[in-house]
Amino acid sequence: MANDDIDRANDFALKIGTVNGTGSTSANAMLMQVIFRMGVPVSGKNLFPSNIQGLPTWYEIRVNKHGHLARTPDFDVMVAMNAETYARDIEEVVSGGYVIYDSTHPLDEELMRDDVTFFGVPFAKMCLERFKGARVRILMKNIAYVGTLAALLDMDVDLIREMLAEKFASKPKLIDSNMQAISLGYDYARENFECPLPVRMEPMDATSDSVILTGNTAAALGCVYAGATVGAWYPITPATSIMDAFKEFCGRFRKDPETGKNLYCIVQAEDELAAIGIVIGASWCGARAFTNTSGPGLSLMNEFLGLAYYAEVPAVVFDVQRAGPSTGMPTRTQQGDLFTVVYASHGDTKHIALFPADPEECFYFAVSAFDIAERFQTPVFVVSDLDIGMNDWMVPRLEWDEDYTPDRGKVLTAKDLEAMEVFHRYEDVDGDGIPYRTLPGVHAKGAYFTRGSGHDRYGRYTEDTEAYKDVVDRIARKIESAAAAVPEPEVRMAIDAPFGLVTIGACRGAVLEALEQLEADDIEISYMRVRGFPFHPSVGQFINDHEITFVVEQNRDGQLLKLLTVETGASKDKMTSVKYYGGFSLSAHHVVQGVTEALERAGRVPAGKV
Amino acid sequence: MTYITKPAVRHPALEKNALGLTRRDYEGAMSTLCAGCGHDSITASIIQAFFELAIPPHRAAKLSGIGCSSKATAYFMNEAHGFNGVHGRMPAIATGANAANRDLVYIGISGDGDSLSIGLGQLCHAIRRNVNMLYVLENNGVYGLTKGQFSASADVGTVSKRGEVNRHGPIDPVSLALTVGATFVARSFSGDRKQLVPILKAGLTHRGFAIVDVISPCVTFNDHEGSTKSYAHTRTHSYEVVQTDFVPLMTEITAEQDRDDVTAVTMHDGSTVMFRSVAEDYDPTDRDAALSFLRASQAKGEVATGLLYLEDSSEDMHAFENTVDRPLVDVPFGDLCPGSATLEELQKEWR
Repeated sequence: MANDDIDRANDFALKIGTVNGTGSTSANAMLMQVIFRMGVPVSGKNLFPSNIQGLPTWYEIRVNKHGHLARTPDFDVMVAMNAETYARDIEEVVSGGYVIYDSTHPLDEELMRDDVTFFGVPFAKMCLERFKGARVRILMKNIAYVGTLAALLDMDVDLIREMLAEKFASKPKLIDSNMQAISLGYDYARENFECPLPVRMEPMDATSDSVILTGNTAAALGCVYAGATVGAWYPITPATSIMDAFKEFCGRFRKDPETGKNLYCIVQAEDELAAIGIVIGASWCGARAFTNTSGPGLSLMNEFLGLAYYAEVPAVVFDVQRAGPSTGMPTRTQQGDLFTVVYASHGDTKHIALFPADPEECFYFAVSAFDIAERFQTPVFVVSDLDIGMNDWMVPRLEWDEDYTPDRGKVLTAKDLEAMEVFHRYEDVDGDGIPYRTLPGVHAKGAYFTRGSGHDRYGRYTEDTEAYKDVVDRIARKIESAAAAVPEPEVRMAIDAPFGLVTIGACRGAVLEALEQLEADDIEISYMRVRGFPFHPSVGQFINDHEITFVVEQNRDGQLLKLLTVETGASKDKMTSVKYYGGFSLSAHHVVQGVTEALERAGRVPAGKV
Repeated sequence: MTYITKPAVRHPALEKNALGLTRRDYEGAMSTLCAGCGHDSITASIIQAFFELAIPPHRAAKLSGIGCSSKATAYFMNEAHGFNGVHGRMPAIATGANAANRDLVYIGISGDGDSLSIGLGQLCHAIRRNVNMLYVLENNGVYGLTKGQFSASADVGTVSKRGEVNRHGPIDPVSLALTVGATFVARSFSGDRKQLVPILKAGLTHRGFAIVDVISPCVTFNDHEGSTKSYAHTRTHSYEVVQTDFVPLMTEITAEQDRDDVTAVTMHDGSTVMFRSVAEDYDPTDRDAALSFLRASQAKGEVATGLLYLEDSSEDMHAFENTVDRPLVDVPFGDLCPGSATLEELQKEWR
């Protein structure tokens, strides 16, 4: 709650309501950046419609000196720039909070609240007088609210000037006009309101080892660093920006120094079926290849994924989940693809999956995904979501180990083949379930027939029971053994805690924040975040070691809980679901509330607590 | 039994190609198709074309989808990698393979079900990308493996073995390919090896997507009276529009080329394709003319054959994408990974 008595420096949330297509993105990015450069932990969530222009859009910024950067629905400050959404925007402000609105047109009396302070700033009027051209006026109106917030929240205006100088180094005129807009908002606030507010900024030094980036950017960079050369895709929200970023990075870092030609090939396919087919073809030939998609695309890829699984062809698939089923809510987040990913395609299949929690893990897991896909000769999924993929996250600076060498798996060279009597594609020579493979064009002895139809260990067509089972049973063993190759779970054990909590992906921040709150109320809970599938053996153990394990995830059906039941052998009765699947990012209060309710149901709430 | 290999005994007097290989070196497993299947004749022509061009078998990759035709990749070139993918999706696999390794010779074998129904979109887009490959469409008008349903190439009025009459208009792969911009379009007949082999050789040499629609009668389900894809119907209704001869690079060009009625087109590697129009004024380098000629001949119930259209200077997918000349699979990791210093520098932009 915003309150004059409590020091609210570097601990507040603000929300900005605008109309999409008006250029508010750069204003909001500027806000994020200035907070970050003042050394204060910050996160941004872009709530946007599946639309290009004219619909309401919001940007949420959370400033938290403790580093709690999950979404919070408690907004101390609302910048209401869209009259169409005034009513709900004003309603969302916490009691004691502040609303900044465009007072060019008077605010409907009925929208006023007694427990909230209103700051009317004539943004439109001021910009009309100062700037020429309709488009410029609209853009500058957004920049002007940055100025007003700078005054009210005590942001460093010199930093803003510095940022603009960097951004528009080649267009000095824009530095001036943007600074003019900043000053309009800033000066008006200083002259008319008491600045700063109790919710305000204070310089810190908590961001110097961090960067701000999205998961999709990080995943794309991981592909570049892993040495991926072929990317195939079909545009889909929220996965598109992976290939956009890959293309941009490749344009900068992947040009042949002599010829200027591309050391990569990106194919925008006709659909997701073709996209995954292209990846399979490229991987079959020995390239590191990937595709990026979301739920609907993943559904289309199913047949091909079964082929890659059975014919044992590597493939890397980034699934940036959005709210389903069907087209669902394309610009809202969810973790609803867990089943679809791990059991993709008909028949008996099971796929390796990695579950990053943030952009940092998107980068490192992208690299691991190629290593694991080639080592196990099978599709590997990197399963993120819209929140991770498209929102701005503050994460530790990425590092690259110069000693990294790609794990290309068991690929026979021409020399190997020359020395061999005979090569059989699907023979378990080493007893680890992973056969040797050859690449086309390398050696005549390496030739074999890749097929999705029944085949024996020699790669020959078969309809024979034993020969068929020999291969599919080995593949099952192979995939199971990947449990040791995927990233281990992240674990934080509370001493002697009777309760455990298992979660996945982007839930991390909200869960850790919630656990701190629960701990303050003497509810001790051990934490585990699964980061890979097949599950590490410690996952089942963790569940069995606790009386009750809360499974926190973002889908309606408790897919993670069900997967844990089926795939770890842990008792279903020991687990209880805490779910949030409304499409926005998970907040700590969802977790606290879910856990508390579950404890109450179990009769386990300490008296007088929570 | 596609894995049954034929005995490797060679007659010492067998003809050898420039690599010192015999035709037998280009053979594959025993065919399991029906006796008399057109597809097996096409396989023989493919073997002949690869043999004559002296392509090292292990430098070729054979790809196919699902269906009788798609089985044929197993019946030639044992020493080439083969990929029998999923129904109608071979063009995507070929696109990816070619993106990764542009130096291999790619041949795709498909059928009318694979290409014109389930995989119609894939075919069109592989053409648009101009993937450098030879695409052989073994066209028999029926689904063989599922026992005789009409395919999308079945003509209106054609009668199935069970006596049903097809009412749906056919998709003609040749007209389709011309419409979506194919740079090499041919039609032939499985029974006409003399015509087919030079076309296949030219298609393998063409830089870009070379589609060859080969009418290939299904002896089991579509070789009866009332079928327009039977041996008898094809023999009586097909006619050669252009005669094609293929002269590989470094081969001495004979006096034939100097004849008035012969047009020579030089391929990107210096090989030559020579056309002799049989139909009056047919110009295989004029897309619009070819298309309207084909429409007219189709309306008359005729099947025009030959290398019907060739755009010799076409740019393939790699030209569009401006990829390096060497295969991407040959680029060392050190040239692909920007390294830690670059990462550090890059991240200054994210502060």
